[in-house]
Amino acid sequence: MTEKIILAGFGGQGMMLLGKLLAQAAMVSGKFVTYFPSYGTEVRGGTAVYHLIISSEEIFSPLIEEADTLIVMNQPSYQKFKGILKADGLLVLNSSLIKLKNHSDVRIQKVPATEIANKLGNVLVSNIVMLGAYLITKKLFSANQILDQLKIILKGKRGDLFAINKQALESGIQAI
Amino acid sequence: MKQLLTGNEAAAEAAILAGCRYYYGYPITPQNELINYMSVRMPQVGGTFIQAESEIAAISMVHGSAAAGGRSMTSSSSPGISLKQEGISYLAGSELPCVIINIQRGGPGLGDISASQADYFQAVKGGGHGDYHTIVLAPSSVQEMADLVYDAFDMSDNYRNPVMILGDAQIGQLMEPVEFYKKQKNNLPAKNWSLTGAQGRKRNIIKSFYPVKGELEEFNAHLQKKYKMIEEHEIRYEAINIHEADIILVAYGTSARICKEVVKKSQQFKFKVGMVRPITLWPFPKEIIRRISEKVQCILTVEMSAGQMVEDVRLAVESRCPVHFYGRTGGGVPTSLEVIRKIVEIVPDNKVANTLLKLAEVK
Repeated sequence: MTEKIILAGFGGQGMMLLGKLLAQAAMVSGKFVTYFPSYGTEVRGGTAVYHLIISSEEIFSPLIEEADTLIVMNQPSYQKFKGILKADGLLVLNSSLIKLKNHSDVRIQKVPATEIANKLGNVLVSNIVMLGAYLITKKLFSANQILDQLKIILKGKRGDLFAINKQALESGIQAI
Repeated sequence: MKQLLTGNEAAAEAAILAGCRYYYGYPITPQNELINYMSVRMPQVGGTFIQAESEIAAISMVHGSAAAGGRSMTSSSSPGISLKQEGISYLAGSELPCVIINIQRGGPGLGDISASQADYFQAVKGGGHGDYHTIVLAPSSVQEMADLVYDAFDMSDNYRNPVMILGDAQIGQLMEPVEFYKKQKNNLPAKNWSLTGAQGRKRNIIKSFYPVKGELEEFNAHLQKKYKMIEEHEIRYEAINIHEADIILVAYGTSARICKEVVKKSQQFKFKVGMVRPITLWPFPKEIIRRISEKVQCILTVEMSAGQMVEDVRLAVESRCPVHFYGRTGGGVPTSLEVIRKIVEIVPDNKVANTLLKLAEVK
């Protein structure tokens, strides 16, 4: 089993955390995992992209040439990375911010993540809404496996971030 | 317990666990996670972290605390490592143990911030002035980065010699699971040469200046003897499918990961591809490459440079078989498909080339 995921969005939309949760869940379940962030000379409002590979076998190059899944948060990211998705791949997109022209063959999950997160009271959790939608579609990990990692990452942080992130994850799962 | 860390962070944590308590750095992409991690962790363990005013200052601070016997480290990326060369030559000339990490980026000049292997010559052939060597270690995964940083401190203490870790932007930025399990060797020689205050003993002198005629030649003879010993004892490499191979790939670091994929893809075909991955770039694993060159049809060296390590491969092969080269520069990372295409190009047998092309299409 090998799953190659490209995650992309505006800097600040939380793609880094989304990928990290998946990567850590993969690590503790004994899978091989590589997680490679873009660190280019980026400009404000530009796209941040992450290459995440989860596999039951040794991973060689951490760079993805052809993705099984593309998770995108905004229009520029979709435009920039749609070509990297393989013909029968999975496209999970934030339909609050992306207008989709026909993208044939691929399996598409439209998630109004920004809208859902706003309703929950914090737009910053739109990434976790997307994660919920991805989880229920590909079923690589359970919600609890992700929540375990979220607890670890949020340890020591102020406020009740866990509760709202949990809500966001559940909303994402229900959105599908 | 496994942690998901970047190569930069893993290098920093391994250094701290190896007992490094003196770190000096100056920010440069793509190694900033390392200096950032050190700025948080060093105060926690009672160590010294200094963001120096320049790379030259940082390497000179390494000189100071290494002379006083402390495990010392600095890190940078290509342009910053160029600035450190004077200091590295002085460290080698003063026989001071220390670890220097180069997370290579594209060059020459300011270049760019993507992954590159174009500092090979600088790392293994001196870089600074004078007849000296640093031991050069090349990790190809985040776990190996941590392991080699540990070993680097032990080797540098053992031989009183600077050790360089030659990584690249990909290894530095990449996150992989890593476990810290190595322990510091306890049979290392005592640092009775270090400057710790001479009360009650004869004074120690740390210097690289030998103005009296004959003294410097004698000192150089001593260095060369030491380098010979390092060559005899410290060569490391990983060999995969080298027996019965028709062609051998030679690659290190990030390039080696891609070549490993080529070796794996080729297993289902008659034409046998093997590989040698040098882990020590200096001392270079020339003996294994010499032995292999007597049996294979040809060797292909793959690098993210215009062809640097391939010169050492050719020196080892001494024309026993053809040595080919495939490289990408300026931030380009070779793909397994590109490497397979290159193999097709250099294999004279058409039948073999056809099967290889089929192999190239295997995803």
